[in-house]
Amino acid sequence: MIWNPNKECMPREQMRELQGKRLQKLVSYVYHNVPFYRHKMQEMDLSPEDIRSIDDIVKLPFTTKQDLRDNYPYGLQAAPASEIVRVHASSGTTGNPTIVGYTRRDLAIWSEVMSRSLTAYGVTRHDTFSVSYGYGLFTGGLGAHYGVENMGATVIPASTGNTEKHLRLIRDLNITGIACTPSYALYLAEVTERMGLSKDDLSLRIGAFGAEPWTENMRQEIQQRLGLKGYNLYGLSEIMGPGVSYECEEQHGSHINEDHFFPEIIDPDTLEPLPVGQTGELVFTTLTKEGMPLLRYRTKDLCALMEGECPCGRTNVRMTPIMGRSDDMLIIRGINVFPSQVESVILEMKEFEPQYLLVVDRKNNLDTLEVQVEVRRDFFSDDIGTMLGLKKKLSDKLKSVLSISAEVKLVEPNSIQRSEGKSKRVIDKRKLV
Amino acid sequence: MTVKQLSVFLENKTGRINEVVRTLGQNGINMHAFSMAETADFGILRLIVSDVEKAVEVLRARDFAVMSTDVLCLSCANTPGSLATILEYLAEENIFIEYMYAFAQNEAAHVVIKPNDLPHCISLLQEKQCELLTQENL
Repeated sequence: MIWNPNKECMPREQMRELQGKRLQKLVSYVYHNVPFYRHKMQEMDLSPEDIRSIDDIVKLPFTTKQDLRDNYPYGLQAAPASEIVRVHASSGTTGNPTIVGYTRRDLAIWSEVMSRSLTAYGVTRHDTFSVSYGYGLFTGGLGAHYGVENMGATVIPASTGNTEKHLRLIRDLNITGIACTPSYALYLAEVTERMGLSKDDLSLRIGAFGAEPWTENMRQEIQQRLGLKGYNLYGLSEIMGPGVSYECEEQHGSHINEDHFFPEIIDPDTLEPLPVGQTGELVFTTLTKEGMPLLRYRTKDLCALMEGECPCGRTNVRMTPIMGRSDDMLIIRGINVFPSQVESVILEMKEFEPQYLLVVDRKNNLDTLEVQVEVRRDFFSDDIGTMLGLKKKLSDKLKSVLSISAEVKLVEPNSIQRSEGKSKRVIDKRKLV
Repeated sequence: MTVKQLSVFLENKTGRINEVVRTLGQNGINMHAFSMAETADFGILRLIVSDVEKAVEVLRARDFAVMSTDVLCLSCANTPGSLATILEYLAEENIFIEYMYAFAQNEAAHVVIKPNDLPHCISLLQEKQCELLTQENL
């Protein structure tokens, strides 16, 4: 089934024309409502009239996460505050979180693109769907929630935590679909087995997995252990949230809702657009957004666009799975973590040397983060209790900054390898690509 | 009446104790006693050595986190019940022992004690005529 064949199967020429029209309107809108973009365009000697078709997008300036931070909290908002009906936020690196305001129309479009995604997975009004992304400032929970409601299926707002209780609901309410991170799906499979249940006791048939990179091997394992078909769901809060792109029954590349989010692939070093099929940094322009529209937002996600018709009948362009990042961001249990966040916490604590190493791993299908810090030669207590207290103090601080818990490991002075220039701060043992 | 004890922070890694002991040996520092306190991922090695200042210096030069702490070194008879008597004195005065370690040889037993209230503990044990060793007569 296709939720919106008119848009999802639109002939290519017609799509480019629609994108061109929407881009013209968008550029004029941000030029007149967002001083940041007006100044940028004036510096480049560019006026809204210079944008005549979608091909002119390459003339426009890029937007980065740093721009969002510099304009905290509402500097990039285009709609008046009275039109904003919801605000989401994602964690900041060393200070300002990213704030995204949505108008009523933005939320309607979000529900629309989520409905397209769910329909592509095979969800219908007869399904009962559990949303097990975190509800709150994170876009995962509420984004998926309203998509399920919008398409008429029943939503179970399970959120995260209390897996055994959740599993009981999955069994007793005959829940047929679940939206969560792929690592949580594997954890769910494990708890199922631990509770003495098997996939035959459950009615799950569809999984919408996203918020972290995952591999084909993980997909096979989840599918086999939970007895469902798992589909990729891609999104990012700066652009909208989940629903930016989605897999269809072919499970081969994620279709981008390109009538709303125009994708480009650029070389992250030269910033030049790359030909279709080449891997580079994914860039999105929000063609229809009112609250916080963005021009050429650099996602830092590395992937390629896939041309050509999909056997499912959709014509909108697909993207490959994310192959990595062009910055040092880590995604741990679905949460974005920057090494600089850890650094800022450690620098605040004089008990430790300003040296650290992050070790990321996946144990029992759950991401783990270990933070190694050096005890200072002259600041160490003979008392075990004090040392354990110090460890706890650091781990509590990290938890409040990162929103995920980290295992702190105290190591000896000068045992973390120093290097000139860019030091190695992260060891990621997970095999995600 | 106190003895300087050396404490060294160690990661739980094979060979780390060797490194400490070898460094001390190479610098002509003798060890009288030591004990190892451990947690899941690190340990604290506590030592009584012949030259504390030099030991701190050579170990810090090898990047060890080191500190010295004042402790008591009690000498008592190597007979059943003699330590129990002394520990009862401490308990009666509400002196809490944070940690201790001991070794016994021939007639004498030597006990290293880290009490929560060091001056109080010293005066009490002196009053009770207990023999306390000093850095000089170790």
